[in-house]
Amino acid sequence: MDLENQKRVKDFTEEFGPENVIVILGASEAEASGLAAETVTNGDPTFAGPLTGVSLGLKVYHVCEPEIKDEVDPAVYDEQVGMMEMVLDVDSIIEEMKSIREQYCKY
Amino acid sequence: MGMLEGKKAIIIGDRDGVPGPAIEECVKTAGADVVFSSTECFV
Amino acid sequence: MNSVIKGAGYILVHTPDMVIHNGTTQTTERVVNPESEYLKELPSHLRSYEDVLAYWPNQTYIGNVTPAQLAEQGSTWVELKCPVTDRHGKYGEIMPQEEFLLLMQICDCFDVVKLDKDFVAAHKAAILEHPLFDESITSRLHDGVELSEIEHFVNEEGAEGLYDHDKLVGCVKRAHDIDHNLSAHVMHENLVSKASSVLALLHGIKNAGIDKAEIEYVIDCCEEACGDMNQRGGGNFAKAAAEIAGLAHATGSDTRGFCAGPAHAIVEAASLVAAGTYKTVAVTAGGCTAKLGMNGKDHVKKGLPILEDMLGGFCVIISQNDGVNPVIDLSILGRHTVGTGSAPQAVIGALVADPLARVGLKITDIDKYSPEMQNPDITKPAGAGDVPLANYKMIAALAVKNGDLDRKEMPNFLTEHGLVGWAPTQGHIPSGVPFIGPARDEMLAGELNTAMIIGKGSLFLGRMTNLFDGVSFVIRKNSGEVDEGGVSTEKVKKLIADSFRQFAATLAADDE
Repeated sequence: MDLENQKRVKDFTEEFGPENVIVILGASEAEASGLAAETVTNGDPTFAGPLTGVSLGLKVYHVCEPEIKDEVDPAVYDEQVGMMEMVLDVDSIIEEMKSIREQYCKY
Repeated sequence: MGMLEGKKAIIIGDRDGVPGPAIEECVKTAGADVVFSSTECFV
Repeated sequence: MNSVIKGAGYILVHTPDMVIHNGTTQTTERVVNPESEYLKELPSHLRSYEDVLAYWPNQTYIGNVTPAQLAEQGSTWVELKCPVTDRHGKYGEIMPQEEFLLLMQICDCFDVVKLDKDFVAAHKAAILEHPLFDESITSRLHDGVELSEIEHFVNEEGAEGLYDHDKLVGCVKRAHDIDHNLSAHVMHENLVSKASSVLALLHGIKNAGIDKAEIEYVIDCCEEACGDMNQRGGGNFAKAAAEIAGLAHATGSDTRGFCAGPAHAIVEAASLVAAGTYKTVAVTAGGCTAKLGMNGKDHVKKGLPILEDMLGGFCVIISQNDGVNPVIDLSILGRHTVGTGSAPQAVIGALVADPLARVGLKITDIDKYSPEMQNPDITKPAGAGDVPLANYKMIAALAVKNGDLDRKEMPNFLTEHGLVGWAPTQGHIPSGVPFIGPARDEMLAGELNTAMIIGKGSLFLGRMTNLFDGVSFVIRKNSGEVDEGGVSTEKVKKLIADSFRQFAATLAADDE
């Protein structure tokens, strides 16, 4: 994850409290989704950014996961994400995100 | 109450996946307060 | 008068040492994690010049292999060896690092590039023998200086080192002691861009078969900025490169739009020619050092070679309709507007479906689409997926949604209307334009009728807006009619005769 984005995640988590924060991802592949999710839960796996060694344990979802989709206005979801659902490998993204949450999510 | 309602949402979109502003439009409808939205680019 | 694609040049430069010293992934890592395993492992993952010559996507980029031949090899080429290993191709060349460092010195107008005299002596012959470098270019090459002088500039005066096989062989000095915009880092980045643009221009002009004097205007569309602290992006890379390339009759300017820059620039060039403002315009761009090794961490982690070791450059020559070369059809222009939004379907709608619908065409009416042609060998291991394929899926999905395509035809659409990506991840370089050369050849051979070139740009990276951007245009086989929409000589004669008659009648009336 971009270093500036990591800094922002860290700062906002300190400001609002980790239990009040949710991170939503839009990554194009399962692996990239997993890496971003790992960064905001267990810490930066690439050891490059401000979240290196920082385990925030934040709640994190990909926008294509049903937990998010089901809460969004269906018309808006269809307009904004509908086509990407056809393009992305949603099943493998869901599987990867679940696995990261099970391992590292604290909230 | 849903998982998003009243939550501080941090959005990390992807240029080749779903971009930040598109996710923002979605989660706002579920009552989340978007505090940060960004789009990453790997190419 | 429509404009045509008169020719195109595509060049690559193998720069393994710049991966280590100038790629931002590596320079950032040296700041945040100087002892990292990645930095230790990186050098053993660099490819040799022979390796990059035998790499299928590189041979496709310079035109020795067609996109169709590349696709026959699948979509992973890192393990394969291309049977064609020529340095020179139909569209350009793959220049080795040594010669490129000398070319950088040739392109330096401010005495900031210093090369070791032994290094120059060892590689000077290659520059003198280069088929496209005339005396005006080769005479700019200096003999070089003592290595100790270079070491002094690097160690004491903040110069950016130039390396070859891990050995210091030169440097780019800062052009100002205080001004960050003229720092050694920026001067290095800009000189690399300029030198690779010069090389692309020379190949483009040669391939178009025109005289240098015919170029009236040059548009540079790379992603760098040159200027000093009082005008950071003042420019003008275009004219600076035109000077070295010997385009004495050209002026020019820079167009920027992140990765969408080339598509914007070509639309502008085609419009300038169509309006009669200039007869012949060159669109050019050099490569980007910052992006070298951008996804290197993932490549090293997966035991792959560093595939982002190539600078890219391209040049497209656009000229008045000659009745032969493919036409840029300005009646079909896609544009992502401020109001389009960033939902992927809105973006593809604005760039693909809408412009076609405006002229009564369907998505399936365009033979080939060339969106972002990034090489999937590079992006897939980095978790960014197969970018061209994702674009084709989006276009197909939109075609299904619009009723232009049956859902079960989607897989066929991807291969019939799509291409595999072969361009290096150099930002603006893969963006639509890599297919212009092959499309021109296929259209001249009567194998292809229409192609849509799509450029997309991540404007949000500049932190000035959250907007995305993109433009698209269509090129089509020339119908052979030169006079489309123009005025014939006969008609001009008649118009003049008519106006004389009217004038005479007015005079006669005044007399009465």
